[in-house]
Amino acid sequence: MDNETLSLPEYDIPADMQNLVAVTTLDRLYNWGRRSSVWPLMFGLACCAIEMIAAQAARYDLARFGMEVMRPTPRQADLLLVSGTVTKKMVPPIVRLYNQMPEPKYVVAMGACASGGGPFKEGYNVVAGIDKFLPVDVYVPGCPPTPQALIAGLIKLQEKIDKQTLKDASWYKRKTKDPNYVPIPILGPDLIDPRRNAEIKHAAATPEEN
Amino acid sequence: MTTPAPASTQTVDLTARFPGVVQADARPGYAGFIVEKDALIEVAAAIRDEFGYDLLTAVTGVDYAPDKMEVVYHAYRTSGGPGLVFKVQVPRVDPVEVPSLIHLWPGVDLQEREAWDLLGIKFTGHPDLRRILMWEGFEGHPLRKDWKEGFYEEDTKPFKSRWPHGQFYMAEDKNPFKDNLTFPQNFDPEKWIPEGDALLYGALARYTVKSEGGISTDRIVINMGPHHPSTHGVFRAVMTLDGETIVGLKPVLGYLHRNHDKIGERNTYLQNMPYTDRLDYFNSMTNNFGYALAVEKLMKIPVAERAEYIRVIVSELTRIQNHLIFIGTLLNDLGAMYTPSLYAFEERELILDVFEAISGARMMCNYFRFGGVVRDIEEAEMQKIKDLVYERIPPKTDELDRMLTENEVLVSRMKGIRMINAEDAIAYSVTGPVLRAAGVPYDIRRADPYGIYDRFDFDVAVRYNGDLMDNYLIRIDEIRQSLRILDQAIKQIPQGPINSQKPQYQVRVPAGEAYGRIESPKGELGFYVVSNGKPNPWRYHVRPASYVNLTALEKITVGQKIADFVVILAMFDIVMGECDR
Repeated sequence: MDNETLSLPEYDIPADMQNLVAVTTLDRLYNWGRRSSVWPLMFGLACCAIEMIAAQAARYDLARFGMEVMRPTPRQADLLLVSGTVTKKMVPPIVRLYNQMPEPKYVVAMGACASGGGPFKEGYNVVAGIDKFLPVDVYVPGCPPTPQALIAGLIKLQEKIDKQTLKDASWYKRKTKDPNYVPIPILGPDLIDPRRNAEIKHAAATPEEN
Repeated sequence: MTTPAPASTQTVDLTARFPGVVQADARPGYAGFIVEKDALIEVAAAIRDEFGYDLLTAVTGVDYAPDKMEVVYHAYRTSGGPGLVFKVQVPRVDPVEVPSLIHLWPGVDLQEREAWDLLGIKFTGHPDLRRILMWEGFEGHPLRKDWKEGFYEEDTKPFKSRWPHGQFYMAEDKNPFKDNLTFPQNFDPEKWIPEGDALLYGALARYTVKSEGGISTDRIVINMGPHHPSTHGVFRAVMTLDGETIVGLKPVLGYLHRNHDKIGERNTYLQNMPYTDRLDYFNSMTNNFGYALAVEKLMKIPVAERAEYIRVIVSELTRIQNHLIFIGTLLNDLGAMYTPSLYAFEERELILDVFEAISGARMMCNYFRFGGVVRDIEEAEMQKIKDLVYERIPPKTDELDRMLTENEVLVSRMKGIRMINAEDAIAYSVTGPVLRAAGVPYDIRRADPYGIYDRFDFDVAVRYNGDLMDNYLIRIDEIRQSLRILDQAIKQIPQGPINSQKPQYQVRVPAGEAYGRIESPKGELGFYVVSNGKPNPWRYHVRPASYVNLTALEKITVGQKIADFVVILAMFDIVMGECDR
């Protein structure tokens, strides 16, 4: 970020100090650092992952946004790019990866499948969107989204980061329990979301109305 | 060059060899033989040993509800020629049992497990019959016609709710669990005990060996995947290790099982075309090709002459970009992070530009139609293709070759490390570059030509050492052969219509069965389609190259070092979209 945008307009810097001193808020500096070094988890699910790699490659070059450092371990990643169809068999590992990521963490649902099931929504092994389990920050439409669309989505995420402030950053609050923890789904006769146990039990006990 | 074998299905008279137990399949539109269940192993052994059909490529089941189930086998000769189809019919009463052919062809392993998982056909004699695409504990066998998924609406598309009246509702609202879920009556999730991986680890236990010489050694079981940067997607391998040596390995699949078969049986024929794009998402054009071939066989329609050439051109461009990506990711797996793949993606982008110009999409081209293709290649795009084929790709291939082939690190990691030998490769139904690198010159484009591949002059790339180095080199050979085919196709392509049929949404497909197979960049990609004359296929099965090739993974890796496992896996060039479907 250059000095013009980093500095606050109401504080005039004397002419001889220009380009040497910047006056800004802690929030801006903090968010500028975070938005310019979002490290995605090196994690591909399906077709969209290939466009994600293409976005990393020379022509689209995600490094321009500080996002070229793909981390294979969730412990070092800031961003979970859900790039592809989420299947019932794959949901437990995805939720585990999300739980292992340190705060602050973001989720981008890339493509139609991760956003809402896409063309495979009706499939018996397909979860109709990762947002049934994880809080999603940005949805990127497309099947698969072009690298340009993915970059547009990531810029949207940067805008979201810009709006956050240290004052109410949940990851610095003292807490006994991780508020973002998602219970791991269980593979039963079908996928069981432990948060919905009572609901499932009730619906299974009710005879079908036909 | 292989010698063309003139023998066709008809000349092999199984009925005369096995009177009483084998009958010709007389249903209209069907071919092949129906074998009695009890004689299956004997007949299959004769098919392999007497008639020479040594490569059993596809095994799948069909649910002819309500009275019978059928298992369909497609066998081929590695010397070339058309295949032999034989079937077993069993009554549809649980347990549906068919003898396993795993002792004749170990390559049926994963395919039989899939048929058990999805159709509930029990293969007696199979040593490790577990679910493969779904998980242990899953309720029901989803490909059976009477099994309904959570978002079930109607048996066939187009659904009445969408067309022609256009009422719209959310699938979630109709389901009692408000999601894509089905649970048995009075199911209590809190009392459920997940079966977990007990059976899987049990299957590995047979590799446990007692200690020798009084020193007790411990075996370690490690899980690699489904989240691992070197598994090319959501593949999981569970291994038992003795030090650094792999002593047992089981692949765990299904993390990207997107139900192509079930969705495909609800779709109309044309609606399946864009779904095939998403099988092997690097190679949407060749996927389209296989499916179009199968349906054209059923419809008995010709393909427009210009479209035949366009099909070859886009297929070979696809093969080139697939092999470039292969080399890039292989180097990634060998530890040369990013730089080689950046090189590979450069050329790939240019090929995708051509695809985007002619089909409208970079990756999911949806380009083929029954009888031709959907759009013509205009002169400007043809010029781009010529520039690529004559100016850009040949020096690029040479550059990769020069940079990598004699690289010391690469050579020491790959040369002399065993992949698979010819005999095992055939027994395990391995196809594609891995089979050819083992010294078997089996390329469907030459062995059983489809489209107009019989008109082109090219060599079947083959290497004889069967080590990892050969598996890498054969990809470079194949790029060069593809360039030769492209050169001829560009020079010979005629003007004319691009489809022999009128554009139509609902094609008429007569009853019958067809198996369309092509040489995809990864191996044999087959589509087995059964029609009952209605607008939707009765059975739509994909025979994926990556999935069947993985059957040999256990055979290859046991006894190897764990560091080589990543490279061995890279050589299969698996794509999970195709593998799990």
